[in-house]
Amino acid sequence: MRRLKLTTLAFATLFASQLQAETVFVTLEKDNAIAVLDPVEGKLVKTVNVGQRPRGIALSPDHKQLFIATSDDNTIRIFDAASLKELGRLPSGEDPETFALSPDGKLMYVSNEDDSQVTVIDIASKKAVQKIKVGVEPEGIAASPDNRWLVSASETTNMLHWIDTKSRQIVENTLVDPRPRAVNFTADSQQLWATSEMAGTVMVLDTASKQIVQTIKLEVAGISSDLIQPVGVVIDKDRHYAYVAMGPANRVAVINAQTLQVEKYLLVGQRVWNLAFSPDQKQLYTTNGISNDVSIINLTEQKVVKSVAVGRYPWGVAVKP
Amino acid sequence: MKLLHYWLAMTGIVGRELLRFLHQRERFISALVRPLVWLFVFAAGFRAALGIAISPPYETYILYEVYITPGLIGMIQLFNGMQSSLSMVYDREMGSMRMLMVCPLPRWFLLCSKLIAGTAVSVLQAYAFLGIAWLYDIQAPLMGYVWILPALLLSGMMLGALGLLLSSFIKQLENFAGVMNFVIFPLFFMSTALYPLWKIKESSEWLFTLAQYNPFSQAVELIRFALYEQLNLQALLFTAVAFLIFMSAAIVGYNPSRGMMVKKGGGG
Repeated sequence: MRRLKLTTLAFATLFASQLQAETVFVTLEKDNAIAVLDPVEGKLVKTVNVGQRPRGIALSPDHKQLFIATSDDNTIRIFDAASLKELGRLPSGEDPETFALSPDGKLMYVSNEDDSQVTVIDIASKKAVQKIKVGVEPEGIAASPDNRWLVSASETTNMLHWIDTKSRQIVENTLVDPRPRAVNFTADSQQLWATSEMAGTVMVLDTASKQIVQTIKLEVAGISSDLIQPVGVVIDKDRHYAYVAMGPANRVAVINAQTLQVEKYLLVGQRVWNLAFSPDQKQLYTTNGISNDVSIINLTEQKVVKSVAVGRYPWGVAVKP
Repeated sequence: MKLLHYWLAMTGIVGRELLRFLHQRERFISALVRPLVWLFVFAAGFRAALGIAISPPYETYILYEVYITPGLIGMIQLFNGMQSSLSMVYDREMGSMRMLMVCPLPRWFLLCSKLIAGTAVSVLQAYAFLGIAWLYDIQAPLMGYVWILPALLLSGMMLGALGLLLSSFIKQLENFAGVMNFVIFPLFFMSTALYPLWKIKESSEWLFTLAQYNPFSQAVELIRFALYEQLNLQALLFTAVAFLIFMSAAIVGYNPSRGMMVKKGGGG
């Protein structure tokens, strides 16, 4: 009897998970809201007001809480990911734009662009526990999945600062191509990928040596090089492919993460900045700031299947399973 | 028995046309080169011409090459329609049309067979073009290549009927060049083959109206939607009606007692 119940339960869960599609949240910088998208239908479900100039967005590791940097309110708000009701605010410091969560979801690291520092926030107590001085205009920030490193990229200093998560001290700096924008670790924490907005390059760094292993130059035939301004970068969990949002070049670069060669450029909307995988990593969502839409990319076929209008200035994107 | 007769005649005509097409390798190549030059050279120069608009049947941003591919298929069929009727004028001048006309079957049937033959050739050309475009990374959903077949048949018949109608007006081969210029170019350039309607509307309202009611535009849109597994009902109806009108007029035109043949002092 008990076994039967368990089987029924298992089936019910399986069925429910198939019916319940993932949800895509997109911050709309100009609309002071987030767009909620059903990516299976390719439709905008609703728009919810969240605060002034929302930009950075992330889900807690258990997918229950949604964090949104409302830059002009100088705070990061916590929402219930299901009901989208506000649960509280975090003392992010001024003008928060990008932030990273520790792998256990207990800490948040916020880049404070104007103060050249990184604020460490304890999420449970909603308190800033430390401020770490970094280079000028820190922007991209990432915590390694093995919880050893925090990397902050300074746009003006052109440096990546390697911060030991235990001592919260900078232990090393790596000079990179001008105006580094985004950083992201591979799932095994062995590599760090960083984009340079000015040089139009993607740099792959070895975490152990903290040195650049390879610099990949992005070039699209017929598009002037000053329009190639890579921003967001994501790498799939098997490290087969990396995808880079190329800003006003309106393309996403598909990079073979083994050979480190660009295989393809996919046309998306205008000024594409940020990207997020679907939970099964079969789809990729891009925010296109100027054309006000989100492009949905089928990664199995490496094709853009649809672009969905979401609202003004889509900036960040997070996906809830 | 009678049906068998019809069947024999039709397979004869279609077979002859297909054989002629396959044997004339230069014709096959030149039929492909024209749209390929447009695709590789012209479209490459206008890659970003479409800007940031998404219009059906497309659901996302596309390169200009992708946009003009259905238009170039239309171009293949347009030229083919004109060319096969050009061959009618040639046949008439050379006297081989007499052979066809002495066949004891109604003339409309012979004309229709001729039309089907021409369309079959244009469908082959279109698929060859799509194959090359596929290698050039212009790829539609797989089922789209099945969907497109009925669309190609109808648009091929419509453009072929237009060619037939024109050829009934023409007595000599030399006159045909003029008609080609006065028909093909306006039809092609005042259509949605090269630019979407909204883009045409931006520059000129009357050009927009002309393009909208241009039967060639409708044929191109029918092909475009079919390639993405969608049915454009308006384009379907428009193309079908245009086909019926052109075909009826061509049949009248080729009627020795009533049509243009009388004015030209008898054809065939």
